[in-house]
Amino acid sequence: MTAAAKVATRRILLDVRGVSKSYGGQVGCLDVSFALYPGEVLGIVGESGSGKSTLLACLAGRLAPDTGSIAYDTKERGLVDILSLSEPERRRLARTDWGIVHQNPRDGIRMDVSAGGNIGERPMSIGARHYGKIRAEAHEWLNKVEIDLARTDDKPRTFSGGMQQRLQIARNLVTRPRLVFMDEPTGGLDVSVQAKLLDVLRGLVHELGIAAIIVTHDLAVVRLLADRLMVMQRGRVIEEGLTDQVLDDPHQPYTQLLVSSVLQV
Amino acid sequence: MAYVAVKGGEQAILNSHKLIAEERRGDPTVPELSLEQIGDQFGLAIDRVMNEGSIYDRRLAALALKQARGDSAEAIFLLRAYRTTLPRIAVSEPIDTTQMTVRRRVSATFKDIPGGQLLGPTYDYTHRLLDFSLAEGGSKECLETPNTELPIDSDLSRVLDILDDENLVEQAVSHHGGKEPFDLTRSPKRLPAGRDQRLQNLARADEGFIVGLAYSIARGYSGSSHPYVAEIRLGELDVEIIPEDLGFPIAIAEVTVTECQMISLFHGSASTPAHFTRGYGLTFGHCERKAISMALVDRALRAREFDEEVRYPAQDEEFVLSHSDGVEATGLISHYKLPHYVDFQADLQLIRKMRAQTAGKQSPSDDR
Amino acid sequence: MIQVMSSNTETSKGYNFAYLDEQTKRMIRRALLKALSIPGYQVPFGAREMPLPCGWGTGGIQVTASVIGPADRLKVIDQGADDTTNAISIRRFFKKVAQIVTTEKVDEATVIQTRHRVPETALIEGQILVYQVPQPEPLRGIAPRQIESRKLHAYAEYGAMQVTLYEDVARFGYIARIYEYPVMVNGRHLMSPSPIPKFDNPKMQNNPAIQLFGSGTEKRIYAVPPYTSVRSLDFDDHPFEVQKWKQSCAFCGSGTSYLDEVITDDRGGRMFVCSDTDYCAKRRGAQPGTSEVAGSPAGATAGSSS
Repeated sequence: MTAAAKVATRRILLDVRGVSKSYGGQVGCLDVSFALYPGEVLGIVGESGSGKSTLLACLAGRLAPDTGSIAYDTKERGLVDILSLSEPERRRLARTDWGIVHQNPRDGIRMDVSAGGNIGERPMSIGARHYGKIRAEAHEWLNKVEIDLARTDDKPRTFSGGMQQRLQIARNLVTRPRLVFMDEPTGGLDVSVQAKLLDVLRGLVHELGIAAIIVTHDLAVVRLLADRLMVMQRGRVIEEGLTDQVLDDPHQPYTQLLVSSVLQV
Repeated sequence: MAYVAVKGGEQAILNSHKLIAEERRGDPTVPELSLEQIGDQFGLAIDRVMNEGSIYDRRLAALALKQARGDSAEAIFLLRAYRTTLPRIAVSEPIDTTQMTVRRRVSATFKDIPGGQLLGPTYDYTHRLLDFSLAEGGSKECLETPNTELPIDSDLSRVLDILDDENLVEQAVSHHGGKEPFDLTRSPKRLPAGRDQRLQNLARADEGFIVGLAYSIARGYSGSSHPYVAEIRLGELDVEIIPEDLGFPIAIAEVTVTECQMISLFHGSASTPAHFTRGYGLTFGHCERKAISMALVDRALRAREFDEEVRYPAQDEEFVLSHSDGVEATGLISHYKLPHYVDFQADLQLIRKMRAQTAGKQSPSDDR
Repeated sequence: MIQVMSSNTETSKGYNFAYLDEQTKRMIRRALLKALSIPGYQVPFGAREMPLPCGWGTGGIQVTASVIGPADRLKVIDQGADDTTNAISIRRFFKKVAQIVTTEKVDEATVIQTRHRVPETALIEGQILVYQVPQPEPLRGIAPRQIESRKLHAYAEYGAMQVTLYEDVARFGYIARIYEYPVMVNGRHLMSPSPIPKFDNPKMQNNPAIQLFGSGTEKRIYAVPPYTSVRSLDFDDHPFEVQKWKQSCAFCGSGTSYLDEVITDDRGGRMFVCSDTDYCAKRRGAQPGTSEVAGSPAGATAGSSS
């Protein structure tokens, strides 16, 4: 099924309208609007300072935008402006129906808790109380992200960067969230390690039908994962469309520059 | 079985109290210390005990030191426990240190300051050579300091107020917005804390802890730049209250205080131009080390206010406020001496179980 | 006016009944009422500086001082025993500042202050058990910052606590926490039971007595009202268990009480005796509080416990 077909048949999962955020006199992001559908992967590209990280922080509820609205299709109440949610409601959403994958795995996993414990935390936080089942689920997820089960009880600080990042993904996806935010998920990893991570991610996203918003400056990442693409410059979205269209036929000079500056994959 | 349950703890406690009384008194052929002697000749010890004991009473502090055999931590504890039972009859007016009868005043920022630098009593330029004449009962000669030629101004403006005219230094906040200042002795600490709560905490804090933190700041474990002593002043001040039925201030006591104002360069932000920021220290008595350290830590704890990243212990409000109180720290550290038989028994059982398990494993387990 | 601290004088001149002034007691009682209304919730209170060190029971003492009246009978235990030095010291404090009647018998006591144990004898309605608490925050090891841990309680986010139990089972095959074992109170608040052995946790469940907890250092009060659910955290397939001994008490023969291990000689000889001295004495039909223990040779080594 193509992204366009998905769009036509499903209701909106995340509806973003006119989101702006500035810091003092500096623009973070300006008047950003888009709609995300279930199972859709949206890439946001731009160089550092283009406002993509600010936008992601606003979307994930970590930063309050100055203006605009962000509505999410919650399981219980349908479309709800996430800015109107109380802190506990937002935190609950963030640990059940959402996932957040940080660039640095240290920000997203507990380094002093075993890999199994890291994966088990979300299920336990929503009431799982059967050790055997929690552990079986941890094993299942370690398999999915291609981490050797012999490492189940090891602490992530003994893991390589790529393994840590895959563990972070497993820890987030175990509750089968419907939306995952990813901030430069391949940042700081070797190219060979990146390839494996992207492979795992692509498999999971398609298998589980998870919607994702991926912020990155790496066009290879979006080409592989994203159905749709937004290009940001100086806080604004300057170009958007289906990923292949944007990358193969960029209209804006900035996008053209961005595309020509990387080797084609 | 040759076991006898240990009893007689009560008698042991009573005996222990007799023993400390005996040790406190020492050799009965040596004359006993009087509170006057302690108060006069161990003045700096008194000052520290009053600061951390949070009560200005030289005689009580001398008594506490005598009872504690000179252990300042114990003396501070005694004073605190006494202080907490005292009624609050009135709340004093804020003191105004420009009205101080100054005995010492130095600035590291300007050579000449209006009103002049006044070295006053300080160990700073003594060579730390033991004075053996003190061992033989001290010098018999009359110890009278020559009077200075020039009279000292009665109204000495603070050095920072002079710089303030150029707007280079952040404005000092003179009143707490009309609000009652926070009182840690009546309310549990509240986080995030206001500067009032932090300063009260620092004023009562263990001197060693605060000096250590200040040292870490000086060695670079803080975000801010090189600090300067804008001014240290030492002297006497009246404490005034306004009784309800009178309606005007009356002096109820004279106190000695040390005040320290530190400044450090702040590079400015999008909204504010570069300027000097302040750190403030105030202590009872003559406690310069504490006052300087307090000012340094005060400034470091203002990190959030200046959008500085909180990276080091001295900048971390919850860390500093939770661990600075000497009485609390001493209590918890010494509680390890209390019996823990029950918990230890539980630990013993556990460790035996763990070891039995390890010994029972012939082959390495597959889930490790 | 300076007659206060001398440890030799038995006077309490200049002090209010039970040391604290009435205003302070009212403040603490308000905190206690709030704590009883929200079982397991830690209520911040303006703890006073006490003439005993922090960590030595100042929280428990303030709670006891606020609830005790002249008609009460006070029992103080430490490690289950009435005759451990700190228990004696606290009992002496209340004798001095409240001229209170003290007892070593659970059945006679109206208020029992304890450190590290819950008495073996079942408590009844009307009794108050006051726990001394060094660290009230069960989440301290997970979120050392109060700002964060208070949020975790407010939003009932206790997943990370369960993770610590998971880690134990993964590592040892069982939950290795043995004292200060976290409990869920009234199905809502995670609570530290104070450093009692987990052996005592089940006694907190549905207890007819009022259970009050005070931490002076951390300035927190919390409570478990009578007949309240207190559940020790566990897994369905690794249920909570209490400690068991192969031995029985060498004095009273009890096979169901918490035992102290006592080293009897320097050749590894040891024996096990009840940690709860009142319970042990009652089973033997002896008078507690005497210096001689029935069934054991006489010749008490007074003074060796100082």
